[in-house]
Amino acid sequence: MPDTEIDLLRDNLSPHGDIIYSKLIAAYDGLDEKASAALSARLILLMANQIGTPAILDALIETARQYEDA
Amino acid sequence: MPRYNYQPFPYQRPPGLDVEEPRHQIVIVGAGPIGLAMAIDLAQRGIASVILDDNNVVSVGSRAICWAKRTLEIFDRLGVGERMLEKGVVWKVGRLFDGDAQIYEFDLLPEAGHKYPAFINLQQYYVEQYLVERAQAFPDLIDLRFKNKLLEHVDAGTFVKLEIETPDGLYSLETRYLLACDGAGSPTRKRMDLAFDGQVFDEHFLIADVEMDTSPFETETPERWFWFNPPFHQGQSALLHQQPDNIYRIDLQLDPDADPEEEASEAKVLPRIKAIMGDKPFKLDWMSVYKFRCAALQKFVHGRVIFVGDSAHVVSPFGARGGNGGIHDVDNLGWKLAHILTDISPESLLDSYDEERGHGAAENIANSARATTFMTPKNASEMRFREAVLTLASDAPFAQKLINSGRLSLPCSLAGMSLQTEGQTKYIKGAIAPGTAIPDAPLAGGHWLIELLNRQFCLIGIGNIALPEIAGLQRIGISQMSQDYRCFEDSDGLVAARYGTDIAYLIRPDGHCAALFTADTISDVAAAFSTAKGC
Repeated sequence: MPDTEIDLLRDNLSPHGDIIYSKLIAAYDGLDEKASAALSARLILLMANQIGTPAILDALIETARQYEDA
Repeated sequence: MPRYNYQPFPYQRPPGLDVEEPRHQIVIVGAGPIGLAMAIDLAQRGIASVILDDNNVVSVGSRAICWAKRTLEIFDRLGVGERMLEKGVVWKVGRLFDGDAQIYEFDLLPEAGHKYPAFINLQQYYVEQYLVERAQAFPDLIDLRFKNKLLEHVDAGTFVKLEIETPDGLYSLETRYLLACDGAGSPTRKRMDLAFDGQVFDEHFLIADVEMDTSPFETETPERWFWFNPPFHQGQSALLHQQPDNIYRIDLQLDPDADPEEEASEAKVLPRIKAIMGDKPFKLDWMSVYKFRCAALQKFVHGRVIFVGDSAHVVSPFGARGGNGGIHDVDNLGWKLAHILTDISPESLLDSYDEERGHGAAENIANSARATTFMTPKNASEMRFREAVLTLASDAPFAQKLINSGRLSLPCSLAGMSLQTEGQTKYIKGAIAPGTAIPDAPLAGGHWLIELLNRQFCLIGIGNIALPEIAGLQRIGISQMSQDYRCFEDSDGLVAARYGTDIAYLIRPDGHCAALFTADTISDVAAAFSTAKGC
């Protein structure tokens, strides 16, 4: 199990962060709520398949859920 | 009333009303920062110009306030940089808030060993005043004509014919080139009916300057504060910035359905400012409501009419890319026009202005459009992504980097474009690549590198490399000795650190690297010099 604090939050996107963010935004252009949620599910599954490692996925899910009340 | 003391510039009856004037080389329309800087740049190269402006005062309101390092270096070359630095507010710490909570703090961390800092804030009216005063130092080369309104122009192929209106009547002029520095609403562009395509964002922004004696920042040093979901009003974002004379710039994003006229009333504005400033007393100095827009001409050179600055491209603010981008245009165009008008280079050199500044404008527009998208989410999914970034940013460095409140102006690279020579650069470790705007560095005796690489093509040799003599090419040696050209010591070792050593660089008059060499072959240098001049 990796150290989640370091490995999951570290910046891997620089110097392309702004471009990647705008690609994510653009992917949802013109979709209604239902279609957006369905796209998110497909994207998450594809990304999970790329990550592949169950321990990392566990840590990512845990980290994302920590902010549920925020 | 604004604190700045607006002094009208005198109108003088132009000679063209009484006698036909000889054809001019350059006429500039618009005496804003871009037109004035253009005339000064040309005058310093010995090229005369006439500036036409329908008005006779400097910019009303602070407008462009944030001047980046590279722009200050250009202003240094134009003779106003030091004055701007002395008056301007230097800032380096930025804070980002989500509601009440600070989520990120950055420090521009200016590296030591540069004449100019990363940024200063200075109101546009001061910049214009300094530029007008500098222009007046060239009475034989700069003919400033206030209250001279350009009504019509006709491109006659080898020259442009102009119809001008003055308080004393109409007259006409002929000029070899007309430089349209007439701003975002460019009448020249509209007269030519050129497409100015891009993106308009729905939200209105309110911009206000307030004067107050007590700093709203909790530190002694000036900062840049940016709020997402600000607690003091309904919009999505707000910005607070400091200017000289105890004036603070506030930008507030308004709802898309806000009525701009109603929003720009004191009754609406004063309570919002009170909500930010608390009980500290303040005076409202200036305000304006505007929409964000990113747009550009497809080409900046149209026959004998050349567009420079906002007339060619507009960006939304928050990235300091409007005024800075325009000054970069001036820097790129001035030496090219001078080379053409003195028959050193062919007129086709102007193609490289389109190539290079078209690229610069596209980069500025891409950056400012992305920032605007982040600041003004236009649908539920954009809002969700932004909220996710802001939420994760309290812990996650990667999310902090994604927060976009404006990516501040940096010079673009001209790598791979037609005036640069790639050569063997890929294999030189620690060297500056062709196309890069060269960094400053201190030299022995209190000199700065940017002050030496000034106005003309220069071959600079660092360490053990001899510099061949080529007509029209200035030579400067660093960490070497020569009988033939000036040499300087790299007293702090920063030239070697930033440029490498045993390398010669061909530097363009606008401070971009055109080529570099590791051997003193005269033929290589001559070929690269010729390419850089568009010959």
